[in-house]
Amino acid sequence: MSPDMLISLLTKGTLQTLQMVIVSGLIGTALGLPIGIFLATSGKGELLQAPMLNRIVGLIVNATRSTPFIILVVAIIPFTRLVAGTSIGTQAAIVPLTVATIPFFARLVESAIREVDKGLIEAARAMGATPMQIVIKVLLAESKPAITLAFTLTIVSLIGYSAMVGAVGGGGLGDLGIRYGYQRFMPGVMLAVVVVLIVLVQAIQSAGDRLARSFDKKNRSQ
Amino acid sequence: MAEHVSGLAERPVAETGAPMVGFENVIKSFKSRETGRKAFRALDNISYSVPRGAITGIIGRSGAGKSTLVRLVNGLERPSEGRVIVDGTDVAALDEVALRSQRRSIGMIFQHFNLLSSRTVYDNVAMPLEIAGMAKLDIKRRIEPLIDLVGLSERKHHYPAQLSGGQKQRVGIARALASEPKLLLSDEATSALDPETTQQILGLLKTINRDLGLTVLLITHEMEVVKAVTSRVAVMDKGQIVESGRTFDVFTAPQHETTRSMLAALPGGSLPDWIGRQVIADPKPGCNALLRLRFFGETADQPLVSRLMAVLDSPVNIIAGTVDEIAGEPYGTLYVAYSADPAIMQKADQFYAQTGLNAEVVGYVS
Repeated sequence: MSPDMLISLLTKGTLQTLQMVIVSGLIGTALGLPIGIFLATSGKGELLQAPMLNRIVGLIVNATRSTPFIILVVAIIPFTRLVAGTSIGTQAAIVPLTVATIPFFARLVESAIREVDKGLIEAARAMGATPMQIVIKVLLAESKPAITLAFTLTIVSLIGYSAMVGAVGGGGLGDLGIRYGYQRFMPGVMLAVVVVLIVLVQAIQSAGDRLARSFDKKNRSQ
Repeated sequence: MAEHVSGLAERPVAETGAPMVGFENVIKSFKSRETGRKAFRALDNISYSVPRGAITGIIGRSGAGKSTLVRLVNGLERPSEGRVIVDGTDVAALDEVALRSQRRSIGMIFQHFNLLSSRTVYDNVAMPLEIAGMAKLDIKRRIEPLIDLVGLSERKHHYPAQLSGGQKQRVGIARALASEPKLLLSDEATSALDPETTQQILGLLKTINRDLGLTVLLITHEMEVVKAVTSRVAVMDKGQIVESGRTFDVFTAPQHETTRSMLAALPGGSLPDWIGRQVIADPKPGCNALLRLRFFGETADQPLVSRLMAVLDSPVNIIAGTVDEIAGEPYGTLYVAYSADPAIMQKADQFYAQTGLNAEVVGYVS
């Protein structure tokens, strides 16, 4: 394979991966965030008490989380066709990726919010705050560094997941590595794909870490 | 801070009018987690009034129910039975919405400060006003003097992680005062602080009480705190108020066993160990009587010990003693020993009867 061709394949694959990761990442976390908040605050004796609904949502989240991703991709094909109009291609791959992101991010947000000191909730209640004010001004504000890290982790995991959607013609770097590197015995392509993925993950992780640190006012010294 | 500390010695603001808080036959039971039904009574039929304009203390060991009691006042906890009247309103009967506006007129400070780590000093103090929907400029006008009052103007853009414990609690106090409350609840506010910082925070509470006429209800397990700032105190044990009254009276003439044992932890509250070990209950020939003399009110101002020595015409051995201040009044305890000879004992008793000195034989030492 000529270097030009390799570069053009890599560029196309990277763009497809980024498209899938960014779109499903943004939609998935936007939908996962409120679900995570709900899971963290609706238990018995908590802020938005709704124990029945909490258990139902928790069950759905667990069910989605425990389905292997590749099975999820195939299982929701009818839904994918409904949303994307087709069941193959990059756009179609975004649907299962988003569906998998929602419960993943929701659980991460839930645990981030549960880390917030209960005393702060009590103090806000004592000030006369409404549950909504407590969610926004206390829970989200205080867990912002942790949620930033959760978002970073979600995006990095999505890069891994996106490699699997080659199975439905989603394209992207993972697909490139499998089809050229593995099936056509081109270790050079495989290596190039892995290198690009490593660089991508590193860049996202360190940007996320830096952002989280700038939000974190807890571990500052005098 | 100096003027705050010296403020400790001053008398509390006069108590006027109807009580600020009235507990009427309050019962609070919790369901046990294991069985789900057998109720544990955290508060067992409490009736108590917190006077307006004063600093009132509720003291008890951990688990006595004082935390629950103070949380009834701003509705963080609901009573199972009974009424909690705050400034004429039965808090227990309010719904969530009415309760929220009620809470805005009650400030609260906490043992672990409960400041938002993501907000600066200024933004923490501004929080209650933000919640109430006040305009940014009005907030600024209101809280700048408060941050000044607690002595943190230079640190208003710092984050809580950059402050010491005492500074954090001052932020907590400024925040509690931001909504100009009529009542300040203090939940073990000094328990996480060192003794010196504790004194500063107590001095600040005292200043606020005096200058703003704010009613303060504080709960604590530390007798020192009650002694330093409160004018009234209630002692809690196992969900009940076992003793209450003017702090000075409760401290100088404790009636209940719980009060006595808590007071024993104070300096001068009990015999030093070395002499305590030698004390016997009944007199032996030639032994000395060991007495506890307590000076307060009129007897605190007179040279009674030297007069006692003159009257007895026999050696008086001073074993241990402290002179202290309770709720702004002088109070001293002195352990003395002198001959248990009946003639001398009788002369001493006459002297105590004439002078009104509070004396009590605690035992005999050889």
